[in-house]
Amino acid sequence: MSKHTLSVLVENKPGVLARIAALFSRRGFNIDSLAVGETEHPEVSRMTVVVDVEDLPLEQVTKQLNKLVEVLKVVELEADSAVQRQVMLIKVRADAATRSQVLEFVQMFRAKVVDVATDSLTIEATGTSDKLTALLEVLEPFGVRELVQSGMVAIGRGPRSITDRALRTA
Amino acid sequence: MRGPGPTPSARENGEIVSDTRPVTPAALHPAPTPAQVAQQARARTPVEVTGAQSLVLSLEAMEVDTVFGIPGGAILPAYDPLLDSVKVRHVLVRHEQGAGHAAEGYASATGRVGVCMATSGPGATNLVTALADAYMDSVPVVAITGQVASSAIGTDAFQEADIRGITMPVTKHNYLVTDPAEIPRVIAEAFHIASTGRPGPVLVDISKDALQARTSFAWPPRISLPGYHPVTRPHGKQIREAARLIAAAKRPVLYVGGGVIRAEASEELRRFVELSQIPVVTTLMARGALPDSHELHLGMPGMHGSVSAVTGLQKSDLLIALGARFDDRVTGQLSTFAPDAKVIHADIDPAEISKNRKADVPIVGDCKAVLTDLAEAVENDMDAGTAGDYSAWRSRVAGWKRTFPVGYTEPAEEGALAPQYVIERLGAIAGPEAVYVAGVGQHQMWAAQFVQYERPNSWLNSGGLGTMGYSVPAAMGAKVGEPDRTVWAIDGDGCFQMTNQELATCVINNIPIKVAVINNSSLGMVRQWQTLFYNERYSNTDLHTSVGSRVPDFVKLADAYGCAGLRCERPEDVDETIRQAMAIDDRPVVVDFVVERDAMVWPMVPAGVSNDLIQVARDTAPQWDREESEAVPQPTDADHDGR
Repeated sequence: MSKHTLSVLVENKPGVLARIAALFSRRGFNIDSLAVGETEHPEVSRMTVVVDVEDLPLEQVTKQLNKLVEVLKVVELEADSAVQRQVMLIKVRADAATRSQVLEFVQMFRAKVVDVATDSLTIEATGTSDKLTALLEVLEPFGVRELVQSGMVAIGRGPRSITDRALRTA
Repeated sequence: MRGPGPTPSARENGEIVSDTRPVTPAALHPAPTPAQVAQQARARTPVEVTGAQSLVLSLEAMEVDTVFGIPGGAILPAYDPLLDSVKVRHVLVRHEQGAGHAAEGYASATGRVGVCMATSGPGATNLVTALADAYMDSVPVVAITGQVASSAIGTDAFQEADIRGITMPVTKHNYLVTDPAEIPRVIAEAFHIASTGRPGPVLVDISKDALQARTSFAWPPRISLPGYHPVTRPHGKQIREAARLIAAAKRPVLYVGGGVIRAEASEELRRFVELSQIPVVTTLMARGALPDSHELHLGMPGMHGSVSAVTGLQKSDLLIALGARFDDRVTGQLSTFAPDAKVIHADIDPAEISKNRKADVPIVGDCKAVLTDLAEAVENDMDAGTAGDYSAWRSRVAGWKRTFPVGYTEPAEEGALAPQYVIERLGAIAGPEAVYVAGVGQHQMWAAQFVQYERPNSWLNSGGLGTMGYSVPAAMGAKVGEPDRTVWAIDGDGCFQMTNQELATCVINNIPIKVAVINNSSLGMVRQWQTLFYNERYSNTDLHTSVGSRVPDFVKLADAYGCAGLRCERPEDVDETIRQAMAIDDRPVVVDFVVERDAMVWPMVPAGVSNDLIQVARDTAPQWDREESEAVPQPTDADHDGR
């Protein structure tokens, strides 16, 4: 199994997310991560879906996605030709004794402290999932009290826009 | 402006009582009929109407002539203008599942879109089975359901069900409409989606307030489907690549699926077969795509396929799959299916290609266009003298076809009636111009095996979903769509009891279908599996419809519905009974064919094993000679029950 990142451009209409989520579940695919939002064209939404599958089933799920009437375009973004980002908010235990150590890690990972309390820090970190996993590993010993993460978003490198191309062929 | 509606006097006079009323004289309608409004609307001048009128006008504009349905609270507004439509005939069914299957039967027999209608909640959920069935078998159907008022959606209101959510996985597309202005566009899109590309069911759910509100209607609406572009023209490069494989092959077989029927490509198929001289198998969904009488036709492949079709595929070195989807009932154990074959797979749905079996040459396109282009390519090869020569292969498959015809043995019990015989005679007497509509089970397989199909759309059945109860309502829909054809429902005693309430619909609406109940007093296919795989422990498969008791008595049941009821229990009465049924055309006929219950469907490949293990009778494999190139005749004791 390997991770694949799919960018799915869809019509911005009610029910589309349910349709896509249902398709993944019906065809037996587990979604690792999902992010949805409007694009520069308000009538088009973009979903970034990370799935853990072999190549052949991936082809099948891509074709099934393309069959949905409200799906405009499905593009697989390869890790080395795309920028991938995820946001994580971590509430970590940090008192006077450990705070400076925690802050050191925050700096190393170019993360930000967004909230402080006497015995905790809330850290905002952005990056690839590898980077965020690494950050989480070093913070674990201090005690992670709460964790929330966004779905991954990704965009292809270079000047080309998949949205423009999708709208042109549509 | 006043909405169209019958004048009170018309109602009082009893002019409009049933849903099959003759065309009401226009004079009875001082207000414009929907048809008149539609004519006005053709000029693109928007007219002020209700959402419900807009719906009926849209259906008329789509040239819908029949809707099968049942009214109820949420869809009530739509039924009022429907009463006045002189173009759309509404057939009031007795159960929404019947409406759904009737729409399927109408669509499968005619090639046009079938339409059904139901109210919210239970009305809509009762359509689900038929929609799932249409989805699996790619039947163009549009279902219109009422929904509770938009302000009540999500409140668990009376008769509320999220039918859009429920039907997402079993429809090609679906809509929830709460703005009446969207009705014409959505209806036009629904018909377009249902009937183009790979056909399928589309559901349109309309909230009650949208049906009641005032809106304006103009036709044609602007369709907006930016994400829907079915590919119909095959790629020239893929066709050339396919032609190269065809020329190089030694043992090619055309594996023809239901897509060829839906694409109306039978003529192109016949032409290609005659040109290329490649043997053909037609799947359960494709029976009739090529005449059964054609010498290169090897029959049906799959679990209950003919030895020649199954073995032809197994030994092939090139499968040319057309509108077929490598279903498990065709391939058996996938890893051992046609192990030496390369695969050319043509389908209008790209997702079918390489889904189960990897295609060497994928071709996305409509089968009609694919066959036309392939024929041209093969013709070019012939002109150039580079076409393949399959004469050795042809004589080999012809040998299998000769040696292992699909047959059956007489019942062990003297004078008992063999179900296969009944179906064989039915096909012979009703002939190739009739429409045959099966339920699901043993009788369905026998109907696929023993009726000789000579034309497309003459065989209707529930192939993918395997819906027991499909037959009677689908036959009703087929008869409405093709009133001049004889329509035979070939049903089982189990299936028949699931949907026979539609006989009432048939009687009242003058839809004279004929029903042959192949009554073996049990859920026959399940019983067959119990015989073969569960030590003859017959758990819950005895239906008591002929052995020991007749509950119900199908002849009396037919009589109660106002149908003609006949019974036949002896082989010598079969022809006469069928002729008697054929002679009755003023009402539906139900024939209770009481058949022996131990008959089994052969040949059979047990589920999940290789097609190489096909059995022609219980524990009896076909006997091949050592080189497997010529088959030897079967011993006479290869009887159907193997005892």
